[in-house]
Amino acid sequence: MDTIRPSVGFAAVKLLEDAGCTVEVPAQTCCGQPAFNNGDRATAKALAMQMIEAFERYDAIVVPSGSCGGQIIKHYPELFADDPNLAPRANRLAAKTHELVSFLTDILGVQAVAAHYPGRVTYHDSCSGLRELGIQSQPRKLLQSVEGLELVEMPHSDVCCGFGGTFAVKYGDISNQIVTEKVTNVASVEPDTLLAGDMGCLLNMAGKLSRQGSSIKVRHVAEVLANMGDEPAIGEAEGGKP
Amino acid sequence: MSTVSTAHDFKRNAEKVIADGTVVKNLKAVRQNFIDKRVKAAQGLPEFEALRENAKEIKNHTLAHLDLYLERYEAKVKEAGGHVHFAVDAAEARKIALEICRKVGAKTVTKGKSMITEEVGLNEFLETNGITPVETDLGEYIIQLRGERPSHIIAPAVHLNKNQIESDFRRVHTHLDPNRDLTEKVSLLTEARGVLRERFLAADVGITGANFLIAETGTSIIVTNEGNGDLTQILPKVHIVMASIEKMVPTLEDVSQILRLLARSATGQEMSVYTTLSTGPKRMGDLDGPEEYHVILLDNGRSAMLGGEFQDMLRCIRCAACMNHCPVYHQIGGHAYGWIYPGPMGSVLSPSLIGVDEAGHLPNASTFCGRCESVCPMKIPLPKMMRHWREREYERHLNPALTRAGLGFWAFFAMRPKLYGLATRIGMKLMALASRGKGRFASLPFASGWTKHRDFAAPQGETFQARFKRERGTR
Ligand code: SF4
Repeated sequence: MDTIRPSVGFAAVKLLEDAGCTVEVPAQTCCGQPAFNNGDRATAKALAMQMIEAFERYDAIVVPSGSCGGQIIKHYPELFADDPNLAPRANRLAAKTHELVSFLTDILGVQAVAAHYPGRVTYHDSCSGLRELGIQSQPRKLLQSVEGLELVEMPHSDVCCGFGGTFAVKYGDISNQIVTEKVTNVASVEPDTLLAGDMGCLLNMAGKLSRQGSSIKVRHVAEVLANMGDEPAIGEAEGGKP
Repeated sequence: MSTVSTAHDFKRNAEKVIADGTVVKNLKAVRQNFIDKRVKAAQGLPEFEALRENAKEIKNHTLAHLDLYLERYEAKVKEAGGHVHFAVDAAEARKIALEICRKVGAKTVTKGKSMITEEVGLNEFLETNGITPVETDLGEYIIQLRGERPSHIIAPAVHLNKNQIESDFRRVHTHLDPNRDLTEKVSLLTEARGVLRERFLAADVGITGANFLIAETGTSIIVTNEGNGDLTQILPKVHIVMASIEKMVPTLEDVSQILRLLARSATGQEMSVYTTLSTGPKRMGDLDGPEEYHVILLDNGRSAMLGGEFQDMLRCIRCAACMNHCPVYHQIGGHAYGWIYPGPMGSVLSPSLIGVDEAGHLPNASTFCGRCESVCPMKIPLPKMMRHWREREYERHLNPALTRAGLGFWAFFAMRPKLYGLATRIGMKLMALASRGKGRFASLPFASGWTKHRDFAAPQGETFQARFKRERGTR
């Protein structure tokens, strides 16, 4: 998000400010999930520590990603479970960390957004957001309030897109099979745009769609909710056309 | 040594399956059925979630006192007139089974479906020793004809389609009319029944597995849909149960709770068609049943899992829900995993039983999508345990050097926020320029696993943190 698609960050900031929050962005790198999932617990812990120090002074930490959110909310407590000094700090951070869309709806009570996005849109449930954080109805509810947007459900929207972090590179052929099936399901409902709440999944699906020559646009759900849907889509050239 | 493994070749195995395409197509035709039926069965039982929690507790308790329950079980089997043999490993289990067969001069043995006998490689072993094993479960029978292994723990032939099975039957059942009509699925079933009936009657020994062993009564339970298990254990003079030690459950009441989860999670049935209990040999006044009753209890690495970070895996009741819901399994089928147990449960269990050096790929070949854990009736944290395997591999430097180097490089920057900020600012600018306004890359060095199949989106240019700082002027 920080590197490939900063507009998602700005969309998140806008949504939070519109809802009355004061947003700060302390210097940060990564929540440590790649290390954690590749078995490098020491680095995962060190990065988690860095995050805890940078963020624990805030009232709420909001992440525009289900998998980074899941890492902090579900796995930081697990990482420090047997450390009596750090466990309380990890637990406290976990308790006040939220994924963006669920924070808007479940915590701030946002019912609708002031946005306009003309087109037929389908939404992919990213695995961590769905199964670790229970995010399913929240984005759909907000999307329904976007003017001009028609939300259509693809078959098996809750099935993995095949990204899985380093999995997509280490087991590229298997990952390709999974994402091919995913974009077939996406295309079957003939949407103009595919949305999801996680950059990893988005890059994976966008990369497959553009390789297939598809004209379906791919965006982060926050961009559409923040009325920033006229940025070039993911993998799209400046000025519109791929 | 157990049955030969090609798990170390997982990647190549998977690539072959994908290139061929048949297995993926065959699985695609049936896999949604498992999923839809399970959901319906689970939703139809209001206490399903509560049962999962109970079942987990029952098994956790049993595993914590496994020695005690094994002793009680052994005593009860003896009381009922049966014999219990403990086998430390696969070789010992095979040897014990062969001795029992030899003592009664067995020529053929019938077999109920059993993953444990697959694990120890019993069929091959009996055959080399002049005894013919006959699989009586339809799926097992089919793969035996083909000289294959099960590709799924409850549907061993799920990777095959009807035409493949028909041609196997025509190839092997040469005593039947070559012009017979086998177009309907049921005609295949009828043909197999006919062939197997004679085998049932001729068998000297019947060997089954067990879904559960009950400590309080010395009973073993098998669940089947074809009734073949009943015939296997009732008709021959000798019945051998071969089961692994973690199949233990304290009481009949406990089993009845877990049984309510098993079929629902497996096939979406409320109960399997047959739930068969056996306790010792035929008693005075019994009309049928075996004269001798043996139980071979296999350890083969399981007791070493007790008390460790993989103990939870021993709660597994082999329902197969995890593989039925696994996006990776769906694309490669069971054989690619290279050993006996495929899918998520195999990715955790196989490294425990045959070593992580051999099976190290398996826990890595997961996207951690978490669907397996969400459907596991025993609430086994499968992704978490795959991650534990990755940690062990990382500690022992078993993962690929390139992955390590890449992660190390990334971690170096991630640990240094200032440097990270600088490097990403420059890096993203360069990448954006390198994409020459096309918005994406069709190939990238270092990420060829990715770009072989899909494009990589070009960065927008400036990083979020840099632009935010520039625009807002804070921090
Ligand atoms: S791990 Fe769970 S879902 Fe998989 S076979 Fe075992 S009990 Fe069933």
